[in-house]
Amino acid sequence: MGLAAGGEGWLRLAVLELRHISKHFGAIEAVKDVSFSLEAGEVIGLMGDNGAGKSTLVKMIAGNFRPSSGTMLMDGAEVVLHRPLEARRHGIEIVHQDLALCNNLTAAANVFLGRELKMGVGPFKILDYKAMYRRAAEIFTELKSETRPRDLVKRMSGGQRQAVAIARTRLSDAKIVLMDEPTAAISVRQVAEVLNLIRRLRDQGITVVLISHRMPDLFAVADRVIVMRRGTKVADRKIADSSAEEVTGLITGAIETV
Amino acid sequence: MSNSLSEAIDKRQQSWRSGLLGSQTFWVFIAVITASLALSMATDSFATSKNLYNITRNVTFVAIIALGMTMVIITGGIDLSVGSVLCLSSMVLAVTMHAGYSIEVGILSAVATALIVGAVNGALIAYVGLPPFVVTLGMLSIARSLAMVASGNTVVFEFGPDHAKLLDLGGGAWLFGIANPVVFMIILALITGFVLRNTQFGRYLFAIGGNEHAATTTGVPVRVIKVAVYMISALSAGIAGIIQTGWLGAVTTNIGAGMELQVIAAAVIGGANLAGGGGTALGAIIGAMLIEVIRNSLGLLGINAFWQGAFIGGAILFAVLFDRLANFRRSD
Repeated sequence: MGLAAGGEGWLRLAVLELRHISKHFGAIEAVKDVSFSLEAGEVIGLMGDNGAGKSTLVKMIAGNFRPSSGTMLMDGAEVVLHRPLEARRHGIEIVHQDLALCNNLTAAANVFLGRELKMGVGPFKILDYKAMYRRAAEIFTELKSETRPRDLVKRMSGGQRQAVAIARTRLSDAKIVLMDEPTAAISVRQVAEVLNLIRRLRDQGITVVLISHRMPDLFAVADRVIVMRRGTKVADRKIADSSAEEVTGLITGAIETV
Repeated sequence: MSNSLSEAIDKRQQSWRSGLLGSQTFWVFIAVITASLALSMATDSFATSKNLYNITRNVTFVAIIALGMTMVIITGGIDLSVGSVLCLSSMVLAVTMHAGYSIEVGILSAVATALIVGAVNGALIAYVGLPPFVVTLGMLSIARSLAMVASGNTVVFEFGPDHAKLLDLGGGAWLFGIANPVVFMIILALITGFVLRNTQFGRYLFAIGGNEHAATTTGVPVRVIKVAVYMISALSAGIAGIIQTGWLGAVTTNIGAGMELQVIAAAVIGGANLAGGGGTALGAIIGAMLIEVIRNSLGLLGINAFWQGAFIGGAILFAVLFDRLANFRRSD
C-alpha cells in the first residue's frame, strides 16, 4: 500500500491516500468506507449529486472535519488534521467556490491576504509592497495569466479572479489543491482560462482535486474521475476509459458501479 | 522575460491623473479652495489671520475624531458614541485634575477611560456579534450619563495645580505660531495615513470592510482587529477631548453633543465609504475642512445660522452622489 500505479509501468508514492474513511453526523452516514489515492501531478475530478458526500470528503481532506474512522496518509505517513491551518501546513490548499476575495483590494493584496510580506525591525514592520508586487507578478506569469498585481479585483473578469485565488495556493509549497466548482459561475471563454490554470498547476507537479458539476470541463482537464453516490465511492475511472454517459449514469445511479 | 515581468508589475489600470480626477477627496479639496478664494474676495473678514486661525483650530476637533471614525468606517462599522466619549474623557480629565492630581495623571485617566469604552464597544460588536449602530448608540447614552455622574452635572473650570499647563496644551502655539490643536491634528493624520497605507493592521481594516468572510477564511484575526479599531476611535475622541478642554478652559456635560454626526459627515464627505472598504486620512481632514469653511462662511456672509444644517447636509448628499456617479461611470 502507499503505492499507486503510475503511467508507463512506474510505481509512484501516493501524495495522499485515504483508507476506509467514514464520517457520520449522528445517525447520518455522510461518507461510508471510502478509499482512494492521489498521485503527484494528477487532476482528479470528484463528482456526485448534491448530498453524495463529496463536500464532506473534501472538508475532511482540508481539515474542517475529522473522519469518524479510517486513516489518511500523506507521502506514506499517517496524518491527522484537526484544523484547516494544519492541512495548509501539510501542503493542502483549498480554493473556495466564492474565492474569498476582497473586491476593494488589488490582486497582489488579495494573494498575500493574511500572509503579507513585511520589512523592518522588531514590532515595527511595514508592508513590503515592492516584494509583494514582484512575487505576485511572478506567480501570474508562471500561471500564464494576464492578471496584473496592481489591478483592483472589482474590475476583474471571473477568470482573473480565479487566477488570484489560485495564486494564493502558490505562495506556500502546496502539494494538493482542492478546487470547489471553479467554473460554475463564469463565461465560456473564462472557463477555458481556468482550465488552463489547472493545467499549469498540474505541470508543476501539483495534484488538483476538481469538484465540478460540469461534465465537459472534467473531460477536458481531468486524468481520473471519482464518483460518489450516497456516501460511497461507486467508481474510480481513468478519463480515457470512461465517457460522459457512463459518469452521468454513475452519478444518478442508472449504472450501479464499475 | 524579466522585462515583461517588470512591465506587468508596474502596469496600472489607470494613470495617476485619472485616479486623481476620479477621487472624491480631490474634488472636495477643490471645493474648499474655491470657497475660500471666493470668500476672500467677497468679504474683508475671511482672509484675516485671526479668522484663518479660528478656522484651522475649529476644524481640528472634528478632524481628529474623523480620523478614528474613518478607520471604523473602513471596516464597515460606525461609531455613534464619539461625542459622548469626548465628553466623558474631558470630564475624567477635569475631575481628576480638579482633585489635585497632575496633568500627566489626568491625561492618563482620560485616555484609559476612552480605551475602556472603546474596548467595550469593540467586544460587544466583534465577540457578541451585536450591530455597531446599536452598540455605539447605547454607549452614546451611557458615556454621557457617566460624565454627568462623574461631575455631578456641574461645569468644571478649575484644574488644580497644573491648570496653566492644561490651558497651554490646548490654547498655546508651541510650533512656529501654529495653534497646538492643529499641530496635533497634523501629527495624528500622518500617523493614521501611514497605518492605513503601510501596515498589516491597515491592510486588514480594508480587507474586513471589503469582504469580512474572505478575511476570516484567509486567516485575518477579524475580531481582534475590530476591537482595536473601536478602541482607536474612542481614543481619537479622548485625545480631541483633552485638547479641547485645554482650549476651552472649561468642561460641561453637554460638550460634544451631536458631534458624532459632524464627524461622520466629515469622514463621508472625505470619501469614506459607509458600506466599508474605502477611506483615507487626508479625506477625513479635508471633509472636516469643508464643513468648517461652510460654517464659517455662512457667518461671515451674514446668512442666518439656521441655514447651516441645510448647507452641511447638502454637502453630504452631494459627496455621496458624486461617489455614486463616479462608480456608475466606471462600471459602464
